[in-house]
Amino acid sequence: MAEQAAPAAVLAMRAVSKTFGGVQALRDVSFAVRAGEVHCLAGENGSGKSTLIKIATGVYSADAGAEIDIAGRHVTAPTPGLARRLGVSVIWQDLALFPEMTVAENIAFEALLGARPRLASQRQLRETAERALGRLGVTLDLTAPLRSLPIAKRQIVAIARALVGETKLIFMDEPTASLTRNETDHLLQIVRNLSASGVAVVFVSHRLAEVLEIAEAVTVLRDGGLVGVFPAEGMTQSRLTELMTGQTFDSAVSARDRGTAPAVLELRGLTRSGEYQDIDLTIRAGETVGITGLIGAGRTELGHTLFGMNRPGRGEIRLHGKPVSFRSNKDAIRAGIAYVSEDRLSLGLIQPQSIADNLALPVLDRLLSLGLISPRRKTALVDGWIRDLAVKIGKPEDPVSTLSGGNQQRIVLAKWLATEPRLLILDAPTVGVDVGARAGIFAIIRRLAEQGLAILLISDEAPEVHFNADRVLHMAGGRIVEEFDPRETSLAALELAVYA
Amino acid sequence: MRNLVRANATETWLILVTLVLCLFLSLATEQFFSLVNFTDLLNTSAVNLIFAMGLVVVLIAGGIDISFAVAASVVQYVTALALMSLGGGNWALGFIVAGLCGIALGAVNAALIHHFRIISIVVTIATFNAFFGLLMFFTRGVSIYNLPDWWSDRIILWEYETAGGAWAELTLPVLVMSICVFLTWLLIGHSSTGRQLYAYGDNPEAARRVGINEAAMQYIAFGWLGLMLGIAGLMQVNYAQEVVPNALFGRELDVLAAVVLGGARLGGGRGTVLGCVLGVLLIAITENGLNLLGVSPYAFKMVVGAIILVAITLSNISLETLVRRRA
Repeated sequence: MAEQAAPAAVLAMRAVSKTFGGVQALRDVSFAVRAGEVHCLAGENGSGKSTLIKIATGVYSADAGAEIDIAGRHVTAPTPGLARRLGVSVIWQDLALFPEMTVAENIAFEALLGARPRLASQRQLRETAERALGRLGVTLDLTAPLRSLPIAKRQIVAIARALVGETKLIFMDEPTASLTRNETDHLLQIVRNLSASGVAVVFVSHRLAEVLEIAEAVTVLRDGGLVGVFPAEGMTQSRLTELMTGQTFDSAVSARDRGTAPAVLELRGLTRSGEYQDIDLTIRAGETVGITGLIGAGRTELGHTLFGMNRPGRGEIRLHGKPVSFRSNKDAIRAGIAYVSEDRLSLGLIQPQSIADNLALPVLDRLLSLGLISPRRKTALVDGWIRDLAVKIGKPEDPVSTLSGGNQQRIVLAKWLATEPRLLILDAPTVGVDVGARAGIFAIIRRLAEQGLAILLISDEAPEVHFNADRVLHMAGGRIVEEFDPRETSLAALELAVYA
Repeated sequence: MRNLVRANATETWLILVTLVLCLFLSLATEQFFSLVNFTDLLNTSAVNLIFAMGLVVVLIAGGIDISFAVAASVVQYVTALALMSLGGGNWALGFIVAGLCGIALGAVNAALIHHFRIISIVVTIATFNAFFGLLMFFTRGVSIYNLPDWWSDRIILWEYETAGGAWAELTLPVLVMSICVFLTWLLIGHSSTGRQLYAYGDNPEAARRVGINEAAMQYIAFGWLGLMLGIAGLMQVNYAQEVVPNALFGRELDVLAAVVLGGARLGGGRGTVLGCVLGVLLIAITENGLNLLGVSPYAFKMVVGAIILVAITLSNISLETLVRRRA
């Protein structure tokens, strides 16, 4: 914390508190970032990370008594415009870009701001955008509309926008939440380059491995208070988890042998051209099979086929020993298959609707009484699942969007478990979920497996499958290339095989 | 070239469809492919085009307006009464009064939307009824025929006698329309304000975070539509040579259909001047063609409806997808 006084501090915040209504979101927190430093801000949801970022960038104002210095200048009341002029940019988790506008306009949008109308020179916008992308060593089609770009490229556009002007510090809020491993590696490289060129980066991420890989120092917040500032060197994931949650979690391999249980799902030579080939796979009752691999390995596509969302070209799917062919996911649901999608925010839940409505959606036909939805049956269903999965909610009538990531994921699970599946497919079930909440979700998954549910766990995070699956399949180029038994293989060996 | 086609898929489709339609009508009817018919098409479409120039700006900014056509009727009445009480007036005064009156009505919509946080469709359905109700109440449905000469006289800017002895001519509304098209093109395509309007319609939350002034966006969008509806009202009187309170009633849906056909999105953030012009012209050519083919006027709406559905479905399938499917 001695660096706070050093002249090279690009941002120094002291005694920052913030109260919303009666809730204290931040309590006497200090936070400092040196020029060119990669600094991680760690904490669970609700620990005050976002509030701190919003105060540093002028979106919220801190309670009286806070002291904020940006680039050596004492700032009494930062506004978004002032913070920006002093060289502080934010890349929000939702990126806050304009999908219909071109890449160049998105990057150089600042040149279009201001009340006075003037001619907008597309050439000038392109030049500004090109310069910003040049600093990142990336080339993009500047005239393409942003919506035509995949999410990883949009992220780059957001970073390029943050670099326009005399940027000294960039906040990145969960920049890797929707990126694959390869894309994440690319992003981390960009962050390193920025840091080398003197731009400080404050990195907020749920993925602790990433945080420890990139950051020089970690500031940990818990329940609105400062836990401390720690050097990243020598820090371990489990130590960091402990600091963030105040609890310890054991990462122990949970694999068991299910060799004698009856097979729930059997795939023989399943092929869909261009996506996956010759998949042979058996999942037994109570067994959790993990599939990991890089993006484009065909994992998610395989999941979609099993859920009836696309048809295999060749091969056989057997469910409880009988061959099946699904015309749509309706057939799959009826056959006892549930699929928790990787995109919880937009595909898994209807955000503005209530918790109860979301939960009851796939099983509405079971709630009917005389052709209408019976409120009594619905309440019984909703209350039962919320109790069963220990979801922390206010009222079942609250919109799902009010819940934290971990609790939203529990609602998604509850929603699909209500269909009484025999096979549960989980695609990236912990994206955007806190460490503490992850442990809770996997505890539920293990309990479900104990009860005899067959589970297919798809994830691009090798540790997740290593610790939670009975068997791990490595998929690459559309094929299952290797099978690992977590009890006999180390995590390091698995990671080497998958990411190398 | 490929980039140009990809970026303007809707416009490319519209041009193709319009060309095919023109080719068909040229072969199927004798009168369609003639200078007289083309100038007539421009003269009759001018008012709708001016309306469209205003409406597209509101759609780009993420709003919608149902009230603009009846608002134009209100402007016509107010302008007529004001100018007659001033002793007749002239074109300059006419543009000023109609323009200001239109902007004022647009500002009413913007104020309700912005300050009371009501969505634009609800506000403008309400003002549509309010404007029209007030107009019919105060005028008791009576038309004005004794307009000043400068206003009701047809002004021919260009004429040409064809070989058949018919006159091809372009009138004042076409010139005014051209100026409105140019100004709108300048505003939405090439000014910083226009790009802010796109951004605001595209992603309001992101626009707020980069510091775009929301109130300004609403007032500019509805103010511009106000200005355009004032001018369109003025021109419609010049074309029809009378002020009839319900003359423009129902026009809002025709213009809205044409603008949406031209690629503007009801969600905001998308829409171009070229697309609008093509959308209005395609519908005008269709009606003109049906007329020349001797189809019953009662069938017009049905055919126009079908064309809009087909064109919008086609424009949602990008050219690239079609090409890739065949490959």
